Amino acid sequence: MLEIAIKGSKNYWLWIVFLLAVIGAGAIVYIDQFTNGLMITGMSRDVSWGFYIANFTYLVGVAAGGVMVVIPFYLHDYEKFHRITILGEFLAVGALIMCLLFIVVDLGQPIRMLNVLLYPSPKSILFYDMLVLNGYLFLNIVVGWKVLEAERNQVEPVWWTKPLVYLSIPFAIGIHTVTAYLYCGLPGRGFWLTAILAPRFLASAFAAGPAFLIILCYIIKKFTKFDPGWDAMQTLSKIVCYAIIANLFFFLCEVFVVYYSNIPGHKAHIQYLLFGYHGYTQLVPWMWTSLTLMGTGAVFLLIPQLRNNKTLLPVTCAMIVIGAWIDKGLGMISGGFVPSPLHHVTEYAPTGPEITITLAVYATGFLVLTILYKLATQVKEEVRG
Amino acid sequence: MMKKSKRSFLKVAGIAAIGLGAFPAIHFASSDSHGTAHAVKSPNEGALLAHRWGMVIDTNKITDEVAENIVTACHKAHNVPDFNFEVDEEKYPNTRPVNHKQEVKWIWEEGFHYAFPDKEDEFLAERFHDLPFLVTCNHCKNAPCVKACPTGATFKREDGIVLMDFHRCIGCRFCMAACPYGSRSFNFRDPRPFIEETDLKFPTRSKGVVEKCNLCAERLTKGEQPHCVEASEGAIVVGDLEDPESEIRVLLNEHYTIRRKQSLGTEPSVYYIM
Repeated sequence: MLEIAIKGSKNYWLWIVFLLAVIGAGAIVYIDQFTNGLMITGMSRDVSWGFYIANFTYLVGVAAGGVMVVIPFYLHDYEKFHRITILGEFLAVGALIMCLLFIVVDLGQPIRMLNVLLYPSPKSILFYDMLVLNGYLFLNIVVGWKVLEAERNQVEPVWWTKPLVYLSIPFAIGIHTVTAYLYCGLPGRGFWLTAILAPRFLASAFAAGPAFLIILCYIIKKFTKFDPGWDAMQTLSKIVCYAIIANLFFFLCEVFVVYYSNIPGHKAHIQYLLFGYHGYTQLVPWMWTSLTLMGTGAVFLLIPQLRNNKTLLPVTCAMIVIGAWIDKGLGMISGGFVPSPLHHVTEYAPTGPEITITLAVYATGFLVLTILYKLATQVKEEVRG
Repeated sequence: MMKKSKRSFLKVAGIAAIGLGAFPAIHFASSDSHGTAHAVKSPNEGALLAHRWGMVIDTNKITDEVAENIVTACHKAHNVPDFNFEVDEEKYPNTRPVNHKQEVKWIWEEGFHYAFPDKEDEFLAERFHDLPFLVTCNHCKNAPCVKACPTGATFKREDGIVLMDFHRCIGCRFCMAACPYGSRSFNFRDPRPFIEETDLKFPTRSKGVVEKCNLCAERLTKGEQPHCVEASEGAIVVGDLEDPESEIRVLLNEHYTIRRKQSLGTEPSVYYIM
């Protein structure tokens, strides 16, 4: 089946070459990071996780969001999702590959990475995160591939793909829950120490993941002969609508609790993000942009006329994808570290090299995604033709 | 004060000696019954031992000068890089400029409100405002960093000291996120150009690993007091928290002490006499 990937139009190859160039640039910068250490990043003693871990967290959400097409199709026999289920599964594969790469580029000693397996530590949440992330990646690759192959051969998928699909559902919830537990189980970080963190992560995941999928559907429709179907996209947009409202609601709960209880250790972080803290306001404009994008996106999706507008829908989805990215990518990690446990304020911004490596990781994910989507759309074209 | 500490030191050493006397016999017996030659782990002769190590810092005795001496003694002996140090260009050509936010520190001075942010008080006695408070790893009984570490590179010894294996650490920095006291530092770069004089009795670290105070485990095992204790002019005492007779328990009995962020349940082993 992989042979499909090496036959493509000029645009296809231009896109591939572009991605490879971005990967190449990032690889060169990574060699510098590998040789000289994480000093090339904007991270510090006080803000010890930055852009890499932030994007990791966001992409775990995108990966988990894939389950929003799997559940309706496999559990509720929702036929309209038949065509896009594979897209959801392959999106999860691409996102998970980026997640794992982000973890690797964040390590101070990447060559010792396998110590996590050599000295398994079941008390560490990272141990479980490794298990669920790799498990979910494996499940999606196997299921996606087998089902697509069966479709190409016009036979029923082999029987054992079904139980694997069912297994992948708790895994999807699991990856984002465990990722939230990485943060919310830490005693000294008031911003993360909240039971609603995992639900909030899931809500933002179920908004950002399907919203991104809708955008991908538009791209597929434009560049291939495969039509994912307007009905499917409409249903997806309703899922995004509910999820983004839940996400905003959870955030509101958070804001109420910290401000009404007025406990300094918890309030300081949200104060820093929304209004600035002791004169440090770097993230304030970002956070309000994020809230505006997510809020407006929710309104656009709530009103049927706007949701049904084929030109507006991808714009709305982009607003939600970007809003959730700022919220989780910039706010969630920096917000937890500022102020520090000693209430010092050290702000964080990624450096140029850090952004270059980040873009290269994204390019790698998109390369995988492009190839997988090319397979999927081509097979579906063949079958119909 | 000095007399007392000498007496308790002798007491500890005495107990240690008795323990050491018994150890070889026990190991001999056990190895005999198994019939295999196990590597025997036994403390050095004269090592300072405890059931749970703790530290008491008498804040009344810490002046700026004493605090500085303590920090310098610790950092020099443990090859902690000093980012203010002018790098030897011949030995380390093309060293890039430092980012002071990425510094490494094991023990350092903080103001009261930073050392004890949960004890913020508008009307705090004025003398506390200017006092330097030394902060370091608390060697918590329930250490969040030990739980967080995915490789066991950070671990807790039976005697309560939280130690690090610099060769196992993968540099994920989960422990830094987990520590509620900001006691951990990451080597964002190779620290060696910033070490004025390498102390060969302690390893230097490579880039990409986390480090922190080790309560001078390498000295306790030789029967020596930690560097901070030696440099503190009697302001810092370490000893066995679980021995009611120990000097630090006597101090805890006689003075009002506080610990950092007690409400988190981490059970820090560093006490401050107020």
